[in-house]
Amino acid sequence: MALIEFENVAHSYLRSPARMEDYALRPMNLAWQDGGAYALLGASGSGKTTLLNIISGLLRPSAGRVRFDGRDVTDSSTVERNIAQVFQFPVIYDTMTVFDNLAFPLRNRGVAAADVRSRVSEVAEMLDLTDHLRWRASGLAADEKQKVSLGRGLVRSDVSAILFDEPLTVIDPNLKWRLRRKLKEIHKRYNTTLIYVTHDQSEALTFADRVVVIHEGSVLQQGTPQELFETPIDRFVGYFIGSPGMNFLPCRLSGDGAEVVGQFVPLAATLLAKATQTTGLEIGIRPEAIGLSSSGSGLAVEIGDVEHLGTRNIATCRLGEHEIKVVVPPEQPILSERGILKFNPAMTRLYADGRLVG
Amino acid sequence: MQKWQNQRAWFLVIPVVVLVAFNALIPVMTVVNYSVQDIFDSTHRIFVGTEWYREMLLNTRLQHALLRQLVFSGLVLLIELPLGVAIALTMPRKGGWGLSATLVIVALPLLIPWNVIGTIWVIFLRPDIGLLGHFIDHTLGIHFDYPTVPIQAWISVMMMEVWHWTPLVVLLAYAGLRSIPDAYYQAANIDAASRWAVFWYIQLPKMRGVLTIAVLLRFMDSFLIYTEPFVLTGGGPGDTTTFLSIYLVKLAVGEFDVGKAAAFSIIYFLIVLVFSYVFYQVLLRAQRGEVR
Repeated sequence: MALIEFENVAHSYLRSPARMEDYALRPMNLAWQDGGAYALLGASGSGKTTLLNIISGLLRPSAGRVRFDGRDVTDSSTVERNIAQVFQFPVIYDTMTVFDNLAFPLRNRGVAAADVRSRVSEVAEMLDLTDHLRWRASGLAADEKQKVSLGRGLVRSDVSAILFDEPLTVIDPNLKWRLRRKLKEIHKRYNTTLIYVTHDQSEALTFADRVVVIHEGSVLQQGTPQELFETPIDRFVGYFIGSPGMNFLPCRLSGDGAEVVGQFVPLAATLLAKATQTTGLEIGIRPEAIGLSSSGSGLAVEIGDVEHLGTRNIATCRLGEHEIKVVVPPEQPILSERGILKFNPAMTRLYADGRLVG
Repeated sequence: MQKWQNQRAWFLVIPVVVLVAFNALIPVMTVVNYSVQDIFDSTHRIFVGTEWYREMLLNTRLQHALLRQLVFSGLVLLIELPLGVAIALTMPRKGGWGLSATLVIVALPLLIPWNVIGTIWVIFLRPDIGLLGHFIDHTLGIHFDYPTVPIQAWISVMMMEVWHWTPLVVLLAYAGLRSIPDAYYQAANIDAASRWAVFWYIQLPKMRGVLTIAVLLRFMDSFLIYTEPFVLTGGGPGDTTTFLSIYLVKLAVGEFDVGKAAAFSIIYFLIVLVFSYVFYQVLLRAQRGEVR
């Protein structure tokens, strides 16, 4: 259990990095609160794993300091930091049984045999591995092997944090969902800090209390799933979070609102007050925050394709050269080829040069 | 579905049959032919059945050579495998030109013609002008004369063999080590595994496949060894370093006992085959037992 802090931490895999692009992780200050359930969300190659390995001590950052509860651990080994980590692909000790695999991290730390037994059986119970304890680990299927890997991460009760590096990649969707719930349960029960790396936003948003979005080696935004959804800090987060992503429409301020392709969209007065520039402005609006109707006041658009996804339909509307995705409840029929869009003012955001205004 | 009744497709196999015939069957049959007859010239021959075989199996010189051969191959495996693995473990897992250069230097003995290797060691071991021979004889003060002292002859042959062939084990073991993903080492690090545990639970099990090949290759090659000890000791002193193949050549070329030599060749071949099969089965079983 520990508060984990990054102070100007940066990392490059090159020996002498010259430009910012040479850094896998650009200088950052970050804090991971004790007992938090974090998701580290980013596309492949964004620096997620690098960040994780710096926390666990597998990688020494090229610059900056890492602190656990204020103690500088930058040069400390993984063992000294007392971190557990689970990797993307199963790592098992082939020649050992499942029991010995799970007991391995405990035995290496000199835990008494009786405690080893009780911890291992508890973890095995949690992961439905009890029946397999006597088996050779190498004979298991891929997802069961990954459960053994997970188990080795969970078996120690006193760790500073448990890090997961896309641990459910090899697991089928149904089991994935169950294991994710297990992890949440474990988090509730033991209140251990969990940091979960993923490129899957639904995984991140359902698992974590706080989500950290990382892109090209920089942390773009950190917040609750709701904050990320409602007020993405820039275009990238807006696109990346949500399915489909946020709509962005170039606009010009006019009166108490904005003009989009010759049509008027009202904006909140507080938002207008914060806009300091007049060019490069865009309205950002979630597909879920737009109402589609056949009459009334609003943006007149052409309705193109409608995707039927069961619990909701997604209509692709055209406004001039811009596309606007709109989430429509399945019971609402879409009859005509023209419609009126109404933006929820509380959910309408303004972006200046791709950055959130206000 | 209708099945083809036409069997002419078998003609497609002919090239392979011809190739295998010239490559293996015909030479082996020649030997078999000699081993069951007493041939004087192209017109005079007597069928002798299993007589040559019986004679060779009861031949004490052959029995001694076989015993010598087994001890030699056993020592080769016991020394070269652990040594090769140990050297591979000291090599860095990743590296630039330095690593490539090291690999080439390590592999160098494998590139030298075998009779040259014997000659190199003949010179290397000479007490008057050889570096090692001079060192042992003059600096260490041990009287060194391997052509006349059996134990010294044995040690010399073993040293040469280990020097020549350990690099092969190193290369195989190193290839095995290189194929282990980083995540295994990282996980072991997280699990606080000792260096020994990493070797025993990760590296050794992951090298099992290549080490199986190493055992088979080193057993077969050392069991068939001829050139290097022949050049170095000529099978002496006496017949203390006369291995099976050296004895075989003495018999066939020196004494021109072609019938006996042919029977011996067949027996020799069967011994290698049986041993290799047994090794392979044992190692395969060990691997399968692991899966269960």
